[in-house]
Amino acid sequence: MNNTKSMAAGAVMLCGVLAAPFATAATTLESVKEKGHLQCGVTSGLPGFSQPDDKGNWTGIDVDTCRAVAAAIFGDAQAVEFTPLTAKERFTALQSGEIDMLSRNTTWTLTRDASLGLNFTGTNYYDGQGFLINKDLGVNDATELDGATICIQAGTTTELNLSDYFRAKGMEYQPIVFDTSEQTVQGFAAGRCDVLTSDRSQLAALRSKLTDPSSAEILPNTISKEPLGPVVRQGDDQWFNIVKWVLFAQINAEELGITSANVEDMLKSDNPNVQRLLGTDGDMGAKLGLPDDFGHKVIKQVGNYGEMYDRNVGPDTPLGLDRGLNALWTEGGILYAPPLR
Amino acid sequence: MAEPMLKPPKVAISPLDWMRQNLFSSWYNSLLTIVVGYMVVTSVGPLFTWLFFEATFLGDEPSDCVGTGACWLFISQRLNFFIYGFYPDEFQWRVDVMFLLLAVCFVPQFIERFPGRKWFGLFGLTGLPVVGYFLIPGGNFGLEIVESSKWGGLMLTLILAYIGIIASLPIGILLALGRRSEMPIIRGICVVFIEVWRAVPLITVLFMASVMLPLFLPDGMNFEKLMRALIGITLWQSAYMAEVIRGGLQAIPRGQYEAADALGLGYWKKTGLIILPQALKMVIPGIVNTFISLFKDTTLVLIIGLFDILGTVQSTVTDPAWQNVAIEGYVFVAFCFWVFCFGISRYSQNLERKLDTGHKT
Repeated sequence: MNNTKSMAAGAVMLCGVLAAPFATAATTLESVKEKGHLQCGVTSGLPGFSQPDDKGNWTGIDVDTCRAVAAAIFGDAQAVEFTPLTAKERFTALQSGEIDMLSRNTTWTLTRDASLGLNFTGTNYYDGQGFLINKDLGVNDATELDGATICIQAGTTTELNLSDYFRAKGMEYQPIVFDTSEQTVQGFAAGRCDVLTSDRSQLAALRSKLTDPSSAEILPNTISKEPLGPVVRQGDDQWFNIVKWVLFAQINAEELGITSANVEDMLKSDNPNVQRLLGTDGDMGAKLGLPDDFGHKVIKQVGNYGEMYDRNVGPDTPLGLDRGLNALWTEGGILYAPPLR
Repeated sequence: MAEPMLKPPKVAISPLDWMRQNLFSSWYNSLLTIVVGYMVVTSVGPLFTWLFFEATFLGDEPSDCVGTGACWLFISQRLNFFIYGFYPDEFQWRVDVMFLLLAVCFVPQFIERFPGRKWFGLFGLTGLPVVGYFLIPGGNFGLEIVESSKWGGLMLTLILAYIGIIASLPIGILLALGRRSEMPIIRGICVVFIEVWRAVPLITVLFMASVMLPLFLPDGMNFEKLMRALIGITLWQSAYMAEVIRGGLQAIPRGQYEAADALGLGYWKKTGLIILPQALKMVIPGIVNTFISLFKDTTLVLIIGLFDILGTVQSTVTDPAWQNVAIEGYVFVAFCFWVFCFGISRYSQNLERKLDTGHKT
């Protein structure tokens, strides 16, 4: 009895293997709707980007990017399940279909875009590598760092950026490599190195972990470009468009002055751009395969880009990051979303 | 009657004598005592000050942590997360029931003369996993489903270790018997299985299970990451277990086999009634050793993004809202592991004493 059962199971599995290439796979949107939730890959703990809070709820700007997509599809920002992923696992999890989208502070590079079968849908945070130095060093610019000892986290692109930068400037440095970011900051605090290097978005948080944060300062230099954004699988353009335009809708909403607080009033607006974004006019949602009022749902539940930024990494959070590059193009930043029409 | 030549030895020694005999018997022992004593006094004081006397135990906010001691608020505020992971609040009673059952099954094992404690232990090894199978994931008897992606913390550590331990013992016994079998194919399969799995580090097994396996499986055929990790851990562990048990089998004198044969017992009766009971009893320390190392190895699931107790702590110690709480977090994890590993160890010593039939001196 048991034997026949397991043989039948084996046969079913074998058929599944053989049939898989011929089966017309459901689109990502269809399968997400069928599941009833969005499966989103995030980091297993990075302040401001994705981290479990006291109650075990995921918070962060990467997390909110996922929630916005869920709000656009289901009208419910909570209809999302998070899969914490390590740096090594993240692309496999997306390729194998374990997750529907990846929002795990992933830098957009040519190699990743071209050779992994993946598409970057945009940038939800423009980051770059910077330096945290001990004030006693008396250095005001990264070009004065010749001969410095530098604390760095192993296995990250920061190592490569650092060596590129110093080679280009013809300077020497002594790397001291640590395994995790909190060990790196401990090493810096203990005086093992003069300088700590990491993504600028993390430097402020690392600095706040020092016993005396005022003893260290962040240099103004940025030595690399790290555009971080959501990623989807190649080959499903509808899904690619959805993830891309949800973020664009949030950026456009900030430009148009729509916030989660005033979104209901904005429904009565005469501005055709606002009407299209909130779905009171036109069929923008239908073109993406979404409800026409997807913009309204996203802004109402998650907020516009500025709100998302301020809530997670902005000046009033422990990370305390100014908008900088991430300000709208109208305000001195480089955030520029194509028009929603 | 003549006086005895020697006085009887003094039974009670004064503390001063004890110290002279044990701590200051020669000049180098005296030196060592002074140096070690100095080190203990200077390190234990600050340690206790940090752990208890200057530590913060009460409060709700990160800002309540003042002073130079440990900030245990971080642990107490997040205890729920460290124990249950993302398991929804309203269903946590299910996990609590399992914790309670675990305690009910195994605490009596430490109490001599507890009525029917053997049955409690037996239920712990057989019934408990079945109850857990229905209770924790839900889906039957009107219980809501809780996906395994939401399990985490101490609960996940215990699940991984418990299933790994319970499943690897029988598989290990079969493999060990197979390796000593006279049937060449069975022996070959067992040797290859054991040597392959034992020669691969657990971290590689977990990586293969979580990163490579999904790429080989056809589209849409996905089984959960936790399941993949569990299968990997169990297979890896049973190879180790097999070798430990084979050590016991080899230590049984040839005469025992021959005596069983002379009684006319078949293979299974011989193995089950005569060989295994002696062999397993002999290798209890080895088996428990592998259990304890498995229990600690479960933390490796961290690298495949499963949040065991170490994972939950590590993901939150970087929270910028708190000051540097990494040490508190790791001390807490170490304490949890110590409690369970020490428990396993004590239980095994208990078992050894109870099963001792006079082979030991």
